[in-house]
Amino acid sequence: MEYSLSEILSSYKGTQGELIPILQKVQAEFGYLPEEAMNRVAEFCRVAESKVFGIASFYAQFRFVPLGRTQVTACRGTACHVRGAPQIVDELKRQLGIEEGETTPDLEYSLETVACIGCCALAPCLVINGKVESKMTPKKVKELLTKGGQV
Amino acid sequence: MSFERMKREAKEKREALRQSKKPLILVGTATCGRSAGALDTLEVFRRELKSRNIDAEIIETGCLGLCYAEPVVGVVKPGQPNIWYRNVSAERARELIEGYLVKGDPLADYALGSTEGSVEGIPHLFDLPMLKPQVRRVLWNCGLIDPTNIDHYIASGGYEALQRAVFEMEPEEVINEVKRSGLRGLGGAGFPAGRKWEACRRAPGDEKYVICNADEGDPGAFQDRSVLEGDPHSVLEGMIIAGYAVGARKGYIYVRAEYPLAVNYLEIAISQARERGFVGENILGSDFSFDLDIFQGAGAFVCGESTALTLSIEGNRGMPKPLPRPRTTEKGLWDKPTLLNNVKTFANIRWIINKGADWFAGVGTERSKGTAIFSLTGKIANCGLIEVPLGITLREIIFDIGGGIPGGKVFKAVQTGGPSGGCLPVSLLDTPVDFDSLTTAGSIMGSGGMVVTDEDTCMVDLARYFLDFTEKESCGQCSLCRLGSSQMLEILRAITEGKGAMEDIDLLIELGEAIKIGSICGLGQTIPNPVLTTIRYFREEYEAHILKKECPARVCRALISYRILPDKCEACMICLRNCPVGAIKGGKKEVHVIDQDKCSRCGVCMSICPERFSAVECIPGQLSEEDLK
Ligand SMILES: Cc1cc2nc3c(=O)[nH]c(=O)nc-3n(C[C@H](O)[C@H](O)[C@H](O)COP(=O)(O)O)c2cc1C
Ligand code: FES
Repeated sequence: MEYSLSEILSSYKGTQGELIPILQKVQAEFGYLPEEAMNRVAEFCRVAESKVFGIASFYAQFRFVPLGRTQVTACRGTACHVRGAPQIVDELKRQLGIEEGETTPDLEYSLETVACIGCCALAPCLVINGKVESKMTPKKVKELLTKGGQV
Repeated sequence: MSFERMKREAKEKREALRQSKKPLILVGTATCGRSAGALDTLEVFRRELKSRNIDAEIIETGCLGLCYAEPVVGVVKPGQPNIWYRNVSAERARELIEGYLVKGDPLADYALGSTEGSVEGIPHLFDLPMLKPQVRRVLWNCGLIDPTNIDHYIASGGYEALQRAVFEMEPEEVINEVKRSGLRGLGGAGFPAGRKWEACRRAPGDEKYVICNADEGDPGAFQDRSVLEGDPHSVLEGMIIAGYAVGARKGYIYVRAEYPLAVNYLEIAISQARERGFVGENILGSDFSFDLDIFQGAGAFVCGESTALTLSIEGNRGMPKPLPRPRTTEKGLWDKPTLLNNVKTFANIRWIINKGADWFAGVGTERSKGTAIFSLTGKIANCGLIEVPLGITLREIIFDIGGGIPGGKVFKAVQTGGPSGGCLPVSLLDTPVDFDSLTTAGSIMGSGGMVVTDEDTCMVDLARYFLDFTEKESCGQCSLCRLGSSQMLEILRAITEGKGAMEDIDLLIELGEAIKIGSICGLGQTIPNPVLTTIRYFREEYEAHILKKECPARVCRALISYRILPDKCEACMICLRNCPVGAIKGGKKEVHVIDQDKCSRCGVCMSICPERFSAVECIPGQLSEEDLK
């Protein structure tokens, strides 16, 4: 981690204005914001660690736990909501046994929700490892997740 | 290279493409197309054409706005018009290659319409009911050009407005033209753009900034993203002209990190514009210099607010500045005068400069000039992205352009303005869509979200949905916004769970009015809108939840019941096996029954019951003794 972190930081000057872009880079590298990394960023930008944590916890993009190998992102946008997203999210929670924002203990799945992934015409939808699955029903969710454990 | 030469070459290239002896395939691969499988379609065209030794030009375009028909593909055979096809799956792509490219049958059944000529049996694309009433300015190029190729933009008249502004107009003249056009900000508040530009120009200081607000926080709207993915240069051109007009040397595009494709296309567009001399030092050889950068928003709705947005770029939490606060045009980013406009506001600028303020103002109403762009979604036949003249009625948008409500259902309400807006009922369908009329009706224009709902949408639940969103997004500075919104949410939850009282309705109104007054930014000031408008127009639904303990739209779980119709049940055991709480009793050849006490009302049985039986029914309220027998 030390190496890639230094590499990320090397392209910045260490001003406060760079804090958010740096955290975005760090998360892109590690999949989440490890505590040591946040401390290093604080040192680098010469701000208190609490400031870095304050920013990271304010913005929805940042997370403090690693993601699962299979990332399930359900859309909670308005179009999806009126076409039944709540049932889809419930079914996902039931199938995976985790809440939104959580990762299964075996690091296999993580479940997140977002507002509108932009395919409202095909609502309700969800994204599994970057691939959009559209016109979902609770039944389809179950099928997707039980296809031999893989999706 | 001089601009004249660039233009000539771009047009020559376009002409060469038109006259080409090769077929041309246009595949819409914006985010919406991709989610419908456009990348697979693209791959099939690439592979299949290669394996058949058909030499063709394949271009990726943005979104035409016909999202219900994605993936959309245009096919041009040499010397023939362009035929646009709908729902082109990988399968259908193969059919098109075989049927049209090889055998010459234009497969009219799959066609949406044609452009640049007519084909028998296929309508003109822009005569489609969804497209005909539209006035496309901002969307002019969207879906028709390759957004990653600056020559396509230049060939369509791109950067001519910049050239004209910089060489033929004083900054004040540019501002005057924008003022005269009557253009109002399309990010939500509708503030006159020209007046904002003028204020920023007049603000003292040499260091100024231009920011494009592409945060698009409304959950359920994608119009800004579509413009960025379909025609990014039109936004850049507007920003550069704004920089010239207000005297700024630097611009930022604040775009959501959740829009990776838009970010990518913007990066490409900026670097191409820099290469060609539209961005950077001494633009087009003039003494005007302007640079552009992208800032990726990290996911906070409140950062769409101007002071929160600038604080966020500076590396802070995005919390709106306390009142009294200076205007952003005077003290914005790094405390310097800053011009902040929405994506679509900037995309309109080139039209105003090229065609003049009078031409621009030829469309619209007395006080709302030009066009508006909406993401038309929800319970509507033709989902998509539309650009309409301001002043058009909601009815025209929903029933003419949108094609009405699918599945024989009945229209209930239309929601505009996202979490800051409101829900308007049938009786207001003839309201003209403009800034003032929508505000009077209790909603707002917003940035362009328009969600249509039908009889199956519960208005109390929808209000709760929006509040659930805004309550989480409140930055927490104002007590009324922070605590008031959670209080309202609690009350709404109670009502949807059948634990509401009639006094709650008045309490919601009272709280709502208090939050409006007691919040310092537009987020808090508009949080109550979805609740207040649904109470105003759909009070009887609240009352049904409270008095009858019923959800008329059959959405709120605590207030509905499921039952199995004995005469339809084939005792197939499917629902019984799939019920997550084991509430279904029965057996092979034994009609199934739901144990109402155990039932969690998840609806799995209804969704899983084979369609040919359709034996599960959902009813509002609890089952009566009679039903249970
Ligand atoms: C909570 C909140 C969220 C907002 N979100 C957006 C947004 O996503 N996009 C946008 O352009 N304007 C948004 N606005 C409005 C901006 O503050 C600002 O008025 C607008 O960007 C100015 O551009 P315009 O004059 O071109 O509309 C938001 C305002 C508030 C209070
Ligand atoms: S609301 Fe789900 S994709 Fe837009």
